[in-house]
Amino acid sequence: MRQRSLPGFGASLGVTLVWLVGLVLLPLLALLLRPWELGPLGVWRSLAEPRVLAALRLSFLGALAASAAMLPLGLLVAWVLVRYRFPGRRLLDGVVDLPFALPTAVAGLALTALYAPNGWLGEPLAALGLKVAYTPLGVGLAMAFVGLPFIVRTVEPVLRDLPLEAEEAAATLGASRAQVIRRVVLPALAPALLAGFAMASARAIGEYGSVIFIAGNMPMVSEIAPLLIVVRLEQFDYAGAAAVGLAMLALSFLLLLALNLATRFWRRA
Amino acid sequence: MTPRPAIAEPRWARIVLCVLALVLLGLFLVLPLAAVFTEALRRGWGPVWQALSDPDAIAAIELTLLVAAIAVPVNTIGGVAGAWCIAKFDFPGRALLLALIELPFSVSPVISGLVWVLLFGAHGWFGPWLQAHDLQIVFALPGLVLATLFVTFPFVARTLIPLMQEQGRSAEEAAATLGASGWQTFFRVTLPEIRWALLSGVLLCNARAMGEFGAVSVVSGHVRGETNTMPLHIEILYNEYQFVGAFAVAALLALLALVTLAAKALLERGGPRGSLAA
Repeated sequence: MRQRSLPGFGASLGVTLVWLVGLVLLPLLALLLRPWELGPLGVWRSLAEPRVLAALRLSFLGALAASAAMLPLGLLVAWVLVRYRFPGRRLLDGVVDLPFALPTAVAGLALTALYAPNGWLGEPLAALGLKVAYTPLGVGLAMAFVGLPFIVRTVEPVLRDLPLEAEEAAATLGASRAQVIRRVVLPALAPALLAGFAMASARAIGEYGSVIFIAGNMPMVSEIAPLLIVVRLEQFDYAGAAAVGLAMLALSFLLLLALNLATRFWRRA
Repeated sequence: MTPRPAIAEPRWARIVLCVLALVLLGLFLVLPLAAVFTEALRRGWGPVWQALSDPDAIAAIELTLLVAAIAVPVNTIGGVAGAWCIAKFDFPGRALLLALIELPFSVSPVISGLVWVLLFGAHGWFGPWLQAHDLQIVFALPGLVLATLFVTFPFVARTLIPLMQEQGRSAEEAAATLGASGWQTFFRVTLPEIRWALLSGVLLCNARAMGEFGAVSVVSGHVRGETNTMPLHIEILYNEYQFVGAFAVAALLALLALVTLAAKALLERGGPRGSLAA
């Protein structure tokens, strides 16, 4: 450890700790403790309700499916941004961040207008027999929308740093371009894709604003877990709301841990 | 980068991939934005102006600005302090501190509001005490500010830390050796190096603060003209089938997002003097 020759360590650490404990850790402590006033059995009962299980299932499976569906598109966008120069590239680069910057309520409203049965995209899709708005499909669509930038922005820097020599060597040895991409490029990008998938999923699991407008919010069908927290709070069921919140955090944590371990395993292999 | 011939895709494939990326992102990301403005202007500018000059809308805009004006400076000061001690010093628990600062990013917005209700709501830990002293946090301005503080917590610190770590501490150490005080070192040596990144972090923090929906929705209580921010006003109008009004307020927030994106792109390209070249 280097000697502390700079001033301000104690002061800045103090400010940081007050800021962190007061605004993040203390509130999260409440979330950690409040459910247990129901007792362990009560927490279990509160979570084992069919409506809660259905909401948790939709939030988690929906987020995973939506993020997985965005992997090819995220890879494509990262690929053209890094490897090609073309008119509109700068614009494309900016557009990727749109879901980051757009307030979730605005995104939710916009997606609903677009995919409603009389919307620009909803009408042709309905003609094909595909109902998007007010169905679980709409939930997944909103989740995919907010998750896409995470995949692009995680893959992009790794792709940029990828040494071209490996690809050239493979090409020199007679591999076709498709073989090079499948055998050399994709394996090198796999950890980044997985990391982007994990971040997109984490964001989509907790997503609220973009989803509730388009979801239709039918209990057991298109109701997401965060909405259930709101419903329980409106009934002054604080412990029950906290139980759902804690379950979401715990499941997200386990999911991220598993994906993290998988990424590490992949990198080593 | 000009692709080297041995590993370049054929020209037609490159064109197809570029067009595909542009079309898909256009459909998936840009079209929703276009829909907001089209829906808002469906009946011309008159109803838009009417919706935005409605007293409840003006109250919502004012409240949104007020909440951001409190939350953004607090998280800027905390973020700079956090970045300073994490980037410029080695100490045990540094990685943990960084992870904790980034924690709010992985928490659902609804949970970010819920935690404050658990503390300060009518049945919260401090609820009875607050009631006895006639203080209100949840369903009032302090609750909106606290929820916004939680969701925008990491932005400034996260933008600054990688840059400040990269810059190391030799410049600051030289200044300190030459007898500069801590504040002098920060304002004369560190700040000029990080100002564009700082501005970028503050802008992102502000955009999120003004656009936050889930967290403030939980603590707001939805009293029109009193505890409604702009995103919440959108929801109320939408639920009352006042679509033009809802889309008008949404278009205003979308403009804020576009301006933030443009400013961020400009700052990342190096700021006016290119000091963010890293």
